[in-house]
Amino acid sequence: MEYILQPWPWYVSGPLIALIMFSLLFFGKTFGMSSNLRTMCSISGAGKLVPFFKFDWKSQRWNLVVVFGAIIGGFIAHNFLSNPINIDLSQNTLADLKTLGFNNIGQSLLPPELFSWDAVFSIKGLLILVVGGFLVGFGTRYAGGCTSGHAITGLSSLQLPSLIAVVGFFIGGLIMIHFIYPILF
Amino acid sequence: MGKYIKFLGVGILFGIVLVKSEAVSWYRIFEMFKFQSFHMYGIIGTAVTTGIILLLLSKQLKVKTIKGENLRVPLKEKGFIRYIAGGTIFGLGWALCGACPGPMYILVGTGMFSILIVIAAALLGTFTYGFFKDKLPH
Repeated sequence: MEYILQPWPWYVSGPLIALIMFSLLFFGKTFGMSSNLRTMCSISGAGKLVPFFKFDWKSQRWNLVVVFGAIIGGFIAHNFLSNPINIDLSQNTLADLKTLGFNNIGQSLLPPELFSWDAVFSIKGLLILVVGGFLVGFGTRYAGGCTSGHAITGLSSLQLPSLIAVVGFFIGGLIMIHFIYPILF
Repeated sequence: MGKYIKFLGVGILFGIVLVKSEAVSWYRIFEMFKFQSFHMYGIIGTAVTTGIILLLLSKQLKVKTIKGENLRVPLKEKGFIRYIAGGTIFGLGWALCGACPGPMYILVGTGMFSILIVIAAALLGTFTYGFFKDKLPH
């Protein structure tokens, strides 16, 4: 039990993620979390305005069930399977975040500087979350997949489009962290 | 209802693994893009390596899905612009809010309800893509 309560090492977590991808393929489906965003748009009636959302979303119900399960899994892991422990970040990361003005680094999953209600109700804080979320939602559909569809499933099946997309993920991420963060914080 | 139970199970396992591996943490994503820890690269690297082995093995052994069809990964369309441009836009957002779509849902379960704003914005982003889809280079 003690091993379960500790954070899980990468060499346990990575293969388990592969197993999750494989089990969905075995069930005749595929691992793709961002597709649910399109499905949710369709359910909200976006198909009346845009043909892209006019499809039989009921065929995607299984994936919404995966999302529902993921929420439950997050609840279980956070409340019953975790010791309160600081995230074991590298010393360089701690120093860099301190320089950017972050405090209590790694004491929760998300930094209070961005996700506490105080931060959310400031204009800058709200803009960061809204712009970040918007770019994820736009980019993932443009690229035809996210981390699960391209980085895990696509690379595992040796598909060139997925490799190009993952290179894109890193171009964007590196630009954000190395060039835009120093301006934002 | 019964046929959905297995997907619920897969989702629960997914949520637990991503929380326990700390891959849902904004801090870990920051650290990854700073190349300051092996942790996230270890997760993605072992996931992809295990995935390649599982898929090659299942091809060799002609593994069938529960529907009796050959187990196959859907192929992505050929192309370049949509993958590099869409990927870059995605990466900018991923690094800014520290969450890709899977972790967004999972974080709701951990009680981080401000992530709902990110999810709402992601829905708006997806809708906007759908709206401009035919005008964008792919």
